[in-house]
Amino acid sequence: MTNPNPVSGSPDKEPATEAQEARGEARATPTAPAGDTERQVPATATKQPAAGEPRPSLGKLFLDNLWAANTVTVTVLAVVLAMLVGAVLIIVSDPEVLATYSYITARPADALNASWTVVSEAYANLFKGAIFDPDAVGFTAVMGPISETLTYTAPLVFTGLSVALAFRGGLFNIGAQGQATIGVILAAVAGFALPLPPGVHLLVALIAGALGGALWGFIPGILKARTGAHEVINTIMLNYVAIYFLSWIIIQGGVQNPDRADAISKPVDSSAQLPRLLGDNLRVHAGILLAVLATWFIAWLLNRSTLGFELRAVGENPDAARTAGISVTKTYVLVMATAGLLAGLGGSNMVLGSTANALTPLVIAQIGFDGILVALLGRVRPWGVLLAALLFGALQAGGNRMQSYSGISLELVTVLQALIVIFIAAPALVKAIFQLRAARAARLQTSLAKGW
Amino acid sequence: MSTTAVPEVAVTAVDEGFWTRTRKAGAVLLALGVLAAVLFGALATGQQARFTLSETEGGAALEINGTIGAILFGVIAAAAGAALLAGVPKRWFTLLLGAGLVAFVLSFLCWQVSAAPEGRNFMPLVNVVRGTFILALPLIFGALAGVLCERSGVVNVAIEGQLLMGAFSGALFGSISGSVWVGLVAAAIGGAFISLLLAVFAIRYLVDQVVMGIVLNLLAVGVTGFLYERLMQTDAAKYNSAPRFSNWEIPLLKDIPLIGPALFRGNIFLYLGLLLVLVIHLALFRTRWGLRTRSVGEHPTAADTLGVKVLRLRYRNVIMAGLVAGVGGASYTLALYSFTKNMIGGKGFIALAALIFGRWSPTGALLAALFFGFADQLATYLGAIGSSIPSQFLAMLPYLATILAVAGLVGKVRAPAADGKPYIKG
Amino acid sequence: MEPGEIHALLGENGAGKSTLMNVLYGLYQPDEGEILVDGKPLKLKGPSDAIAAGIGMVHQHFMLVPVFTVAENVMLGAEQVRGPFAGILDRRRARREVAEVSERYNLRVDPDAVIEDLPVGIQQRVEIVKALTRDVDLLILDEPTAVLTPQETEELLTVMRSLKAAGKSIVFITHKLGEVKAIADRITVIRRGKTVGTAEPSASRDELAALMVGRSVRLTVDKKPAEPGKPILEIAGLVVDDDRQVRAVDGIDLTVRAGEVLGVAGVQGNGQTELIEAIMGLRPTLAGTVSLDGEVVNGWSTKKVLRAGVGYVPEDRSVDGLVKEFSVAENLVLDIYDRPPFGKGLSLKPDAIGKSAKERIEQFDIRTSSADAAVGTLSGGNQQKVIVARELSRPLKLFIAAQPTRGVDVGSIEFIHSRVIRERDIGTAVMVVSSELDEVIGLADRIAVMYRGRIIGIVGPDTPREEIGLLMAGITPDTATPTADSPANEDEA
Repeated sequence: MTNPNPVSGSPDKEPATEAQEARGEARATPTAPAGDTERQVPATATKQPAAGEPRPSLGKLFLDNLWAANTVTVTVLAVVLAMLVGAVLIIVSDPEVLATYSYITARPADALNASWTVVSEAYANLFKGAIFDPDAVGFTAVMGPISETLTYTAPLVFTGLSVALAFRGGLFNIGAQGQATIGVILAAVAGFALPLPPGVHLLVALIAGALGGALWGFIPGILKARTGAHEVINTIMLNYVAIYFLSWIIIQGGVQNPDRADAISKPVDSSAQLPRLLGDNLRVHAGILLAVLATWFIAWLLNRSTLGFELRAVGENPDAARTAGISVTKTYVLVMATAGLLAGLGGSNMVLGSTANALTPLVIAQIGFDGILVALLGRVRPWGVLLAALLFGALQAGGNRMQSYSGISLELVTVLQALIVIFIAAPALVKAIFQLRAARAARLQTSLAKGW
Repeated sequence: MSTTAVPEVAVTAVDEGFWTRTRKAGAVLLALGVLAAVLFGALATGQQARFTLSETEGGAALEINGTIGAILFGVIAAAAGAALLAGVPKRWFTLLLGAGLVAFVLSFLCWQVSAAPEGRNFMPLVNVVRGTFILALPLIFGALAGVLCERSGVVNVAIEGQLLMGAFSGALFGSISGSVWVGLVAAAIGGAFISLLLAVFAIRYLVDQVVMGIVLNLLAVGVTGFLYERLMQTDAAKYNSAPRFSNWEIPLLKDIPLIGPALFRGNIFLYLGLLLVLVIHLALFRTRWGLRTRSVGEHPTAADTLGVKVLRLRYRNVIMAGLVAGVGGASYTLALYSFTKNMIGGKGFIALAALIFGRWSPTGALLAALFFGFADQLATYLGAIGSSIPSQFLAMLPYLATILAVAGLVGKVRAPAADGKPYIKG
Repeated sequence: MEPGEIHALLGENGAGKSTLMNVLYGLYQPDEGEILVDGKPLKLKGPSDAIAAGIGMVHQHFMLVPVFTVAENVMLGAEQVRGPFAGILDRRRARREVAEVSERYNLRVDPDAVIEDLPVGIQQRVEIVKALTRDVDLLILDEPTAVLTPQETEELLTVMRSLKAAGKSIVFITHKLGEVKAIADRITVIRRGKTVGTAEPSASRDELAALMVGRSVRLTVDKKPAEPGKPILEIAGLVVDDDRQVRAVDGIDLTVRAGEVLGVAGVQGNGQTELIEAIMGLRPTLAGTVSLDGEVVNGWSTKKVLRAGVGYVPEDRSVDGLVKEFSVAENLVLDIYDRPPFGKGLSLKPDAIGKSAKERIEQFDIRTSSADAAVGTLSGGNQQKVIVARELSRPLKLFIAAQPTRGVDVGSIEFIHSRVIRERDIGTAVMVVSSELDEVIGLADRIAVMYRGRIIGIVGPDTPREEIGLLMAGITPDTATPTADSPANEDEA
């Protein structure tokens, strides 16, 4: 009862094996759990037509597969659905547009036009701010949106990887926010307190941030291993401990900026700043390169290292791992510390990059919580996380432009992000809405539920 | 079959040794007490520490010399710890532990109050008690929402979102209609909207409940923040000026010294919250609904074999939880403040902590919420008297206490057995 | 079923007894066929229908809420309420009801005791009380004695007699012959989902045992006589508890020699699982020693035990044996991934893993679309072959296989059996634990029968199966020597 066949349909595999999986699923179908009816159908959808039957055209086959509920289709449709809900929110919150609906029976075109105008303008600005503005002239203006997108992407990659790695090890790290907070504190303090030469200084600051995060991840890990205390509760609690610690340390002598009365620390020395990639006018910095490096490393760790093997085995089936001689408790501690390390690096990015150069109470914004969404959207695979972070980074960057040009508040981006993940988390819902041909259920690996 | 000697071997293996839980707690308390007596006693000044039974410096007061008080209460705490360490009957455990901790806090207060600058070395107890309850209010509602959900086996991490949505829709519809009652109903529905989403996705679509809770929190932050900027900021008079519930004084009760002025001369939500604690407690442990709810949270299969409709009950309870949390949100916008972005600010998570710290029981949650509220109020007070204790560390207290509780250092915390596990028949 | 009758349903594990009764209780829906009550066909949509029809069931795994009191468990689902507001529980009445039923049928329980504090025997009593307060006419007891001590069993039989005297019908599901003979009015024997015979309790034990275990499916394994060498696994006075801190292994002495197969027979739940887990370092030992090739291995980590040359096929392959989401190749190195050539330092060598996987797939005839297919997509037999292949691919001193062919097709069974014998022939000590008597008889050179955490007898493979069947049921016939730990008996095989 407690763990109803978490096996079939988990997307938590390497892409290479997925095709076989789909075929394997056909045979495995009878074992699918009752109540998960949407998965009963798949067999027919992907099966190659039998020899005797007329072969459907390639085009039809392509369309069939496209409209089948695979990971990409569900993701795209989830984004579309989220944008639709967002559009509704834009319309109902615009008093002028809403006014046209009061006489919609008389002149429906007015209402539709007004709605179209406000929504299309908002989303056009979102696009222009995130990817490319056709009216832009000059290198800086043309590259601006991409630069912004990448700037927002970098920290999200780290926190997304942090959450994803823990997921793969069977743990739910809600504490990326706290780990990033401790990370940003140590990175910043190392960044302005240590007199070191350029390069070395940056390295030391990054290491300090990483270690801070690792420590904050280690605590729930060791508590889980030693006492069985649920990591979800402890990471939530540690988030807030970290936040209060941040707000305390900012106003301490030696940390607080002596020229300012408000809660802000001294600025990080330029010797500890991540170099900018495209000149001083564009904000994109080397953090994004580190993020790609980290993605590569985590992908290697998961798939090509003995540690990753242990981690995945523990995550998928701790009983079998234990029986095969893998220490489950040790793995839990290691997973949480590594996850914390990644989140700590994500936090460091916020103060060593171009986003800010000093600690403030909100210096890391929501990157820890966004990391959870990024990890889920990226299907808890490293390169998937990178892509998801790119999408979220683009939404953030575009959201800024949408806010200043169309007056649509940045919160809409949060709404879109949350909605996308909700739709992704329940592919059955997306399928029901779009009447998708059910192929392999692109189900999230969210069957971690173990209770408290 | 000559293995008669064997059984005895194993029976002894159960022995916990000298360091039982009681003894460990006693040792910690003893250490705290000694620390209080020595450190607080040394730091306290010879000034009187005054605890006034009013809102100001004047009026009747309890007074004690700061140094003497700090040492005296520290010694009391240490004595309670020593008693636990020495080994006392089990039924004394809670009492002694509670007394010891209270004494420790009093010792701390004696130091702080006596060390405050001249003219500020008093603690107005009415304010402190009232502040404690007011600050605990959202925690009480939130934790009750958690109790309703989790007792029937659905993890509710979305308390924050439910409170926020309640606060928002209370403010919005209260403003539009100009009626507090419309606002209250709207707030309840707003909270229930979030919990309905939680129920549908967790029960129907089997999405991990923690994941769903986290995402719903973000959704609530986004939606309310977006609409706040679009509607409330552009036209605050129309959309963000909800009427407030006026103060209700309760006859007789309001005249009780200390408690009366602190609690029974004001906030309707406070009465509602305390009433709900009582009602939910009784319902949970005395009614058919409560019995079934608890059985579904502990062992849904057993409940099912006896004809209890597991899923239907879970839906119902989760939605009720949303209603309660929504009202809790309204305790902000229909009584105290106008709506601002993300105004719940993590109180939903402290409510979750209170729920866990209170061991999933309504009365436990109330006590935990009051404890957390007191820590919050104390931080404010210490700030006001210019104390050297950073308020941030007091603010951490609820979270640290919960971590200790979950790690098993402060008694055993056990969630309902089926909490967080979807029920699939067959 | 007649009123006031005790009808025993006798059969081995997995014969389909429990499934039949779950259908009768409305938990499962029948694929075809119908149920007649008082001559009328009955359609059961759920347990509430069954309760309404007067059918009560005591499940093998109790359906009791552990943190509730006895009275609360009894009233759940059929609560009596009172008071001005609807829904206030009438606890006093519930308590009275429990007391009444306890009195009437001589089932002493304290209505205010909390279930988790009660011993298993009393918990079962609560289950019976629960059914009786619902006025059932037909009570199904699913393996009620599996978890009881002999004294508790005796008390249960007394209760059943008094229920019978009160006119209740009882279906008594079991695999224990002695109890059946002691209590049943009529006996139906089930094997592999079919009724194979009906008997009167006067039938002899031998007859019943023969019906129950059958003769037809005896598997033959070609093997030479064993040439036992030096003792490899030596267990002395081992005591182990199960997860609920109940004694599971109760002082076992056992030796397995190089080049022989020791079969451990016994009805499941008699401590076999805990015995093996203790050997493997998966479960703490409370007393006694386990030595491997002369070295005491108590307290070793599982990894160390495995590395010392022990191969292990766990009894539940999907829980303990395989990571289903992992590929066949990955599962084939699940316990040697960090050893050359598969891993070096931190890095994993996918090429070596893939290459070795291809060889194993070939050698062990694992039917899979590729080495990269997730193991969960394979059939049960092929999944099992993956485990066997993994464990037999390194030099072993001791090979422990628990239920090696459970849920496995006939072809794979033969293959696995032949590999086990081959391993024996190269001089490995082999221990096979199985609740399939045929398998144990076919493979073993010596058979140890476990009953209630003890070795009740060690016999040769040529012992009549009825005799072993009786041992499994805890009955020591005069011919078999009941002493497990006398050295003479050890040498007999």
